[in-house]
Amino acid sequence: MADAGTTTLTLEQKRAIWAWVFLAVPVIFYVIIRFYPTLNAFVISFTDWNLVGERTFIGIENYVRLAQDPVFWKVMVNTVLYGVIGLPVSIVFAFVVAYYLDQVRFMHGFLRALYFIPFLTTAAAMGWVWRWFYQPVPVGVFNLILVEFGFGQQPFLRSTTQALPAVLAPAVWAGLGFQIVIFLAGLRAIPSSYYEAAKIDGASAWRILTEITIPLLRPTIVFLVVISTIGFLRIFDQVFNITTQGEGGPLNATKPIVLYIYESAFDSFDMGYATAQTVILFLMLLFITLLQLWYLRQK
Amino acid sequence: MRKHLGYMTSGAVGAALMVGLAMPSQAVEIEYWQYTFGARVDAIDALIEQFEAENPDIQVTHTNFPYAEYRTKVAAAIPSGEGPDVVQLFYGWLDAYREAELLVPLPGDVFPSSEIEGDFFPMVQAMNVDGEYYGLPTAVRSLALFWNTKLFEEAGLDPSTPPQTLDELVEFAKKLTKRDDNGNLLQAGLTIAPAGQDHHWWREVLVRQFGGEPYSADGRTVTYNDEAGVKAIEFYASLLTEHQVSEIEFLTDGQTAFKAGKAGMTIDGSFRLNAFNGQRGLEYAIGELPAHEGNRFNFSSYWVNGITSKADGEKREAAAKFLAFITQPEAMQLWLDTVGELPARTEAALVPANEDNPQFGPFIKGLAYANSTHFVDEAAQRQIVIDMLDNISLKGMSAAEAVAIAAEEEQKLLDSFYGS
Repeated sequence: MADAGTTTLTLEQKRAIWAWVFLAVPVIFYVIIRFYPTLNAFVISFTDWNLVGERTFIGIENYVRLAQDPVFWKVMVNTVLYGVIGLPVSIVFAFVVAYYLDQVRFMHGFLRALYFIPFLTTAAAMGWVWRWFYQPVPVGVFNLILVEFGFGQQPFLRSTTQALPAVLAPAVWAGLGFQIVIFLAGLRAIPSSYYEAAKIDGASAWRILTEITIPLLRPTIVFLVVISTIGFLRIFDQVFNITTQGEGGPLNATKPIVLYIYESAFDSFDMGYATAQTVILFLMLLFITLLQLWYLRQK
Repeated sequence: MRKHLGYMTSGAVGAALMVGLAMPSQAVEIEYWQYTFGARVDAIDALIEQFEAENPDIQVTHTNFPYAEYRTKVAAAIPSGEGPDVVQLFYGWLDAYREAELLVPLPGDVFPSSEIEGDFFPMVQAMNVDGEYYGLPTAVRSLALFWNTKLFEEAGLDPSTPPQTLDELVEFAKKLTKRDDNGNLLQAGLTIAPAGQDHHWWREVLVRQFGGEPYSADGRTVTYNDEAGVKAIEFYASLLTEHQVSEIEFLTDGQTAFKAGKAGMTIDGSFRLNAFNGQRGLEYAIGELPAHEGNRFNFSSYWVNGITSKADGEKREAAAKFLAFITQPEAMQLWLDTVGELPARTEAALVPANEDNPQFGPFIKGLAYANSTHFVDEAAQRQIVIDMLDNISLKGMSAAEAVAIAAEEEQKLLDSFYGS
C-alpha cells in the first residue's frame, strides 16, 4: 500500500527501457550518419549546388537532364551489363568450385584459403596488377599467353567492346572466395541422411544434384544473388583503378553509374546532379532487393 | 564567445602593462590553409617563421589537408566562420569561390592592379575580375620537353640537342621508337598520354601553333572547331596512328614509361622534376617545347592565395600583410628552391641563376609565351580531349568530326557553368 504510486514500472518495462538505452547508441549513430544524409540526398537532388555556393531549388530539372544525357544512359547500360554478366558467371563458377571442393578432403582448408585470398586483397592493388596483365606484349601476361598459343594479340582495355568484360574479370575473381565459402557452408548444412536415402534408392549423381542439393541450397543461392547483384551494380574500385586517368574509358565503355556519380560530385562538384543519380541507383537497388526477397519468401 | 575571451585577455594584458610588466600586445591570429604536399608544407612553414619574426604581432596557423578532401573542407568551413583567413586554391576554382562569396577582393592599396600587371607573368591577369584581383600566386608551372639522354645516344642522336620543331619531334620520336620483330612496342619514342599533360599541350600549344585559338578572349566560347583545331588533332593523332611512336596506356602512363627508361621523350610539367630526379639510373635533360613555323606556346597553371570572407577587421589586415609577404620575390625564390615551382613575378623568375638553370630554365622561358586555360571543370574538359583521340584512334572517326563533337561537348560545359 505504502509503495503504491512510487514504482509503476514492471520488470518487463524496465528491461525494455534498458534495452532501448543501449540500442540508442547505434540508433542515433545510424540516424545521423546514414538516414539523415540519405534523406538529405533526396532534397539535394532537386537543387543546383556546387558545394561552395547556395543551393538553388530547381525542381526535377536534374532528372530531366539525366533522361537526356547520353552518358547517363551509357553508364546505365554498363551497370546492367556488369550485373547481367557478372552475376551468373560468378554464381555458377563459385558453385562448381564449392561443389567439388566440398568433396575434396585432402588439403581442404588450404585450398579454401587459396580461393578466399583474392577476396581479402585490396581492390586498388588488384586493379593495378590486372591493368599490367592486360598490357600488350611484352609486358602483359594475357597477351603473352595468347601469342604463345598462336592467337593474335587482343587490345583488351583499349577496345570499346572488350574493356567491360576485362574490367569485370577481376571483380568476379575477387568475389569468388566469398561466394565459395558461403556455398560450402550451405552444402555442409544439408543433412547427409538425404544423400544416404538417395544413394539407397540408386539415384544418379546428376539427380542428387538437381533434386536435393540445388533445391536445398535455395536460401544460400538467393542470399548470394541478392548480395552479388548489389555488389555488381555498385562496382567502382576495379573500374576506377584499372582505368585510372581515362576513368571508365575508353569512350565511357566501362563507366558504371557509381563512377559517374563520383565524377559528377567530386570532379565537377555538381552535387544536385550526382545525388539525382544516387536516388536512381537507390531505387534500382531497392526494387531488385525487394523483388528477390519476395521471391525468397514465396516458398 | 572567442571574441569576448579575446577582449578579456587584451584587457588583462592592458592592465598588466599599466602595472609596468613588459608584455607584447595581443597577437592577431590568422589561419592559412593549403593541401598536403611535403615540399609545399615545408616551404610555407619556413615562410611563416620568417613572417612571424618580422611581424611579432601576427600569428599564422598553418593547416593542410589531403588534396582529395581539400576543396570540400574549404567549402564547408568558410561559410560557418571556421576555416582559413588566407587560402590557397587552384586558379580554375576562382570563379566558383568568388560567386559563392567565399573570397574578398585583395585590398587595392596593398596590391595595386598596375603593379600586379607590371610585375607578374601575364597569365595572372586571369585573377582580375571587374578590375579587382581576387588571388595572387607564389608560384606558377609550365610545360617542357623531357628527353632521355641515354636513349638519345643509343639512337644516334645528339643528347644535348632536343627537337626544335614539331617536324623534328616526329623525326626524333620515330628514331627513338623500338619494336620487336612482331611489331610489339618495346620503347616509346614520345609518350602519348592525353590524360597526363598532353591535353594541355593540344589545347593551349598545338591549336595555337596551327594558327587557331582554343577559346574566345572571355573564355566562354570554344573556338577550336576550325581548320587549326583539326590540323592540331590530326598532328597529335598521327603520332599514334601514322608514326606509331607510342601506344596509349604503354606502361600505364607517360611518366611511368619515362621514369622506367622506356620512353625517349615526354612532355610534362615542372612539378615532375622531383619524381624524375629521384629515379636512379634515369639520365635526362629538359628543353623548351618544340616550335612550329617559328611559333612557340606553352601552358601555365598555378595555385593562388586569396583572402576569405571569414577574415574581417584586423584579421583582414593581417591576412593582406601575410599574402603580400608570401608573394614577394624572396618568398618565390624560397618556393622555387624548396618546391621546384617557378616564381610568379618576372623579376624573380628572370634572373640569370634561374634562367640558366638546366632544370628550371626551359620552364621559365616557357612562361614568357604561356597561356592558362580558363577551366570550368578541368576533369571533364580533359576527358573531352581523351575522347577526341579515342574517337579517332579506336573508332576511325575523321579528325574533323571528332573535333566537332569535342567542341560541342565542351561548349555545353561552358554554357552550363556561365548559365547561358
